[in-house]
Amino acid sequence: MYRSHVLVCGGTGCSSSNSQQIIDSLEAELKEQGLENEVKVVKTGCFGLCALGPIMIVYPEGCFYSEVKPDDVPEIVSEHLLKGRIVKRLLYKETVAEDSDKVKSLNETQFYAKQHRVALRNCGVINPENIDEYIAQDGYQALGKVLTEMTPQQVIDVISASGLRGRGGAGFPTGKKWSFAAANQADQKYVCCNADEGDPGAFMDRSVLEGDPHVVLEAMAIAGYAIGASQGYIYVRAEYPIAVHRLQIAIKQAREYGLLGKDIFGTGFNFDIDLRLGAGAFVCGEETALMTSIEGHRGEPRPRPPFPAVKGLFQKPTILNNVETYANVPRIILNGAEWFASMGTEKSKGTKVFALGGKIKNTGLVEVPMGTTLREIIEEIGGGSPNGKKFKAAQTGGPSGGCIPAEHMDVPIDYDNLIAIGSMMGSGGLIVMDEDTCMVDIAKFFLEFTVDESCGKCTPCRVGTKRLYEMLDKITRGEGTLEDLDKMEQLCYYIKANSLCGLGQTAPNPVLSTLRYFRDEYVAHVVDKKCPAGVCKHLMQVTILTDKCKGCTLCARTCPVGAIEGSVKVPHVVNQAKCIKCGACIEKCKFGAIVKK
Amino acid sequence: MKSLEELKAIRDRVKSSVDIREDNSNKIRVVVGMATCGIAAGARPVLAAFTEEVAKRGLHNVTVTQTGCIGICQYEPVVEIFDADGNKTTYVKMTAEKVAKVVTDHLVNGNVVTEYTIGSINMK
Repeated sequence: MYRSHVLVCGGTGCSSSNSQQIIDSLEAELKEQGLENEVKVVKTGCFGLCALGPIMIVYPEGCFYSEVKPDDVPEIVSEHLLKGRIVKRLLYKETVAEDSDKVKSLNETQFYAKQHRVALRNCGVINPENIDEYIAQDGYQALGKVLTEMTPQQVIDVISASGLRGRGGAGFPTGKKWSFAAANQADQKYVCCNADEGDPGAFMDRSVLEGDPHVVLEAMAIAGYAIGASQGYIYVRAEYPIAVHRLQIAIKQAREYGLLGKDIFGTGFNFDIDLRLGAGAFVCGEETALMTSIEGHRGEPRPRPPFPAVKGLFQKPTILNNVETYANVPRIILNGAEWFASMGTEKSKGTKVFALGGKIKNTGLVEVPMGTTLREIIEEIGGGSPNGKKFKAAQTGGPSGGCIPAEHMDVPIDYDNLIAIGSMMGSGGLIVMDEDTCMVDIAKFFLEFTVDESCGKCTPCRVGTKRLYEMLDKITRGEGTLEDLDKMEQLCYYIKANSLCGLGQTAPNPVLSTLRYFRDEYVAHVVDKKCPAGVCKHLMQVTILTDKCKGCTLCARTCPVGAIEGSVKVPHVVNQAKCIKCGACIEKCKFGAIVKK
Repeated sequence: MKSLEELKAIRDRVKSSVDIREDNSNKIRVVVGMATCGIAAGARPVLAAFTEEVAKRGLHNVTVTQTGCIGICQYEPVVEIFDADGNKTTYVKMTAEKVAKVVTDHLVNGNVVTEYTIGSINMK
């Protein structure tokens, strides 16, 4: 029996800031002080507040330490764990009340107060490498209930009634998907999990897999029972080594306990799961490409119909759901469809996990009920912009989504509202942009991504995105014309209408949404040859202000291309033909005499 | 896993070891003084005994924790027990042997062990 538990985040964010080293030194220090039998160290999944990592929570007090360094460990052990004196300087500031010494609970802080954790409920609470801890949180109870008390049709009815929709982005009703696959007769069916999370800036699925891998296994087994499948595949990116490792451990433990394998709970139901690693192609997140890749072929999409529910993996009826979708399933079975449907909006039920990134204070992972406004997520939970700059837009849905401008910040977020304002839910990446972000440049960034990731099978996507990218590039160089803008818009609609799969059909969205809301920025690039945000290099000049320059020669010596000319104590001049606009001189100048505009 | 009962057995066994991570605000708190004075007077075996005894009896409504010096060093090891309403009982000069009685009488049956409390000793 341990009197105290120390939870240290072992998610990717905190691992990259040395949380493993903290765990090691914590264990060593506890041993030295003779506390190893009184205090337990637990490596958990992501707590969500990645911006303040590495994170450590000490129970029973519930103290939330942030930005812990290995050097802080001896103090935490000898002061807090031995003598019970909380190390105040390391506490997350929000948990310390201003007027008293009282430590507030985490749920009272702004970051967590508005969150409602369903998919992430075990992340940061349990040790993901220990199946017992998952079971202690009612893990595998839902599978037990389904197998012993419910018929497959009842399972599908509950999922349908809950209103759960696919969390991968498109928002297809999960219950409907399952019922299609269940209705098709076949000797073999498959349950697949899409863990090929590839949107830049998105890490929801990764965190679920790292923090609570068993929830996915349990949900897949439930889905297998519902549609009559005995084999599941998780298609996970090889770029997620921690997630892969923990999934392997989880599958092994579940097999040892007989929660995967033959005759589960003595009911005669067989189900097993294997991992398939993706090699990093974005298009493999598309369902038909993903299944082609599992089969061992080159990951390319194929036309639908036939839909996977009819002919999917190995030509058999297959369902494919996203990690976060699965993470909701066991809770829906245990708490009932009404419980789930009581959260969210009319057509989008439950909660959604968002990965907050970009120009925002609390970078990290948040889960909020559907219908929460962007303002609440960005300003209240996210803490707003880190340097007080003005919010310009939020990008949702990654390369398939669009930008939401400030005027739509109070729209309740759900699948349908986001599509109405020209973006999409996507998998949940939410990138915040402020006045320093150039919207043309952002559109170009996403297009560059889709050009790279287009598999090349269909022409509208392969050639269309490339041409679109070239036009954007032309505009950022100041060589575009107003005619180009119209041509671009036309091409966007053409690509959307004619591409084979979701990648091409959504690829123009970043361009269309920025054209819709930030056309003035495009016009500024084309007509005034100016980049209002000061991002596009080709539209800027580095100049030296003669009245401020003292002629110290420092800039001339710093310039990597020898573009600054002048002699001692005489104001210097930038040779625009040579200048590469790297900004090195601006950083070095002691008099603020060099400007970029 | 051949039956649901097996799963429930695992859950119940592990549950008691992880419920420390839940909201502890409405539980009985046993607080052991673990400053230098407390440790010197033998607070560590007392703390260990409480942890062990509470676990043995499966008292899920009790958390055992430690605190710093409360200022009556000559009476260490000092143990304070707070009930869910925040009422405090202070035990002084505790030993590992006395712990078993405090756990049975006070924590389980709700009867304060008056002879170990600070009120029972002559403060002069």
